[in-house]
Amino acid sequence: MLGPDVAWYLIVSAILFSIGTAGVLLRRSPLIVLLSLEIMLNSANLALIAFARLHGGHDGQIFALAVMAVAASEVVVGLGLIVAIARKRLDLDVDRLRVLRG
Amino acid sequence: MGNVLVWAIWILAAVGCLGSGLAVITLTNPFYSALALIGNLGSLAVLFLLASAEFLAAAQVLVYAGAVMVMFLFVIAYLGDRSPGSLAGGPSWISLAAIVAAAALLVEVVVVIGLKAGDGLADEATVERAFGSPAEIGRLFLTDHLLAFEITSIVLLIAAVGGVVLGTRSKAEDEEELARARA
Repeated sequence: MLGPDVAWYLIVSAILFSIGTAGVLLRRSPLIVLLSLEIMLNSANLALIAFARLHGGHDGQIFALAVMAVAASEVVVGLGLIVAIARKRLDLDVDRLRVLRG
Repeated sequence: MGNVLVWAIWILAAVGCLGSGLAVITLTNPFYSALALIGNLGSLAVLFLLASAEFLAAAQVLVYAGAVMVMFLFVIAYLGDRSPGSLAGGPSWISLAAIVAAAALLVEVVVVIGLKAGDGLADEATVERAFGSPAEIGRLFLTDHLLAFEITSIVLLIAAVGGVVLGTRSKAEDEEELARARA
């Protein structure tokens, strides 16, 4: 294919995944944690697409679409939880949110 | 000539993608973080295009930059300045440990890919022009991957119902709000 070969895509994907991991571990705001999770899911998508290109099959792309749908669902539920937490007037801080009971 | 252009665009997209990814986790204002994530998703869509995943690139822009990020921005606007912007609390060794853990993960992934795939990554399959086009993906979704397609729709439905359930106020909350307003 034109341009860089699959190894370069995988390197970008791996770096992006560890950036997302660092975000999840470093930040306290559940909003930023969700954003970092999106980065991790997308880096996995990039790897899936690179492998689909490598093997010349579409299965990786189908998988990436499924991941996209799951990510959208996760955002809906996660943001719903964040709004519910904010309405209860609790601290939006993952270090302090330790119990699930409302 | 074409190859040089593709390399240039690829490098731009990759640098943009990694840079905006770093911006997402370092910026203190969650609004700017969300905007940086939009840039991240956009440059990822360019990378998808260059890996001949045309439909996925379009879906990425529509679903993520279009729908998901708008939702994020609405929630950030709703919360106002109530979400903590700063980095992790506690002593700084926690932050250091988090960065070391992420770096260790990166090294592990690179080593495993290098060991397992190594030389196999160089010889790519040749694909026809229609590879990754909407027609091709749609045909596969309605034939070989029909079950995945249906399960995806059910997952989305459950998420929508869950969002409504989480978003509705309970009666107790209404009364509490009323009492607070009276006091």
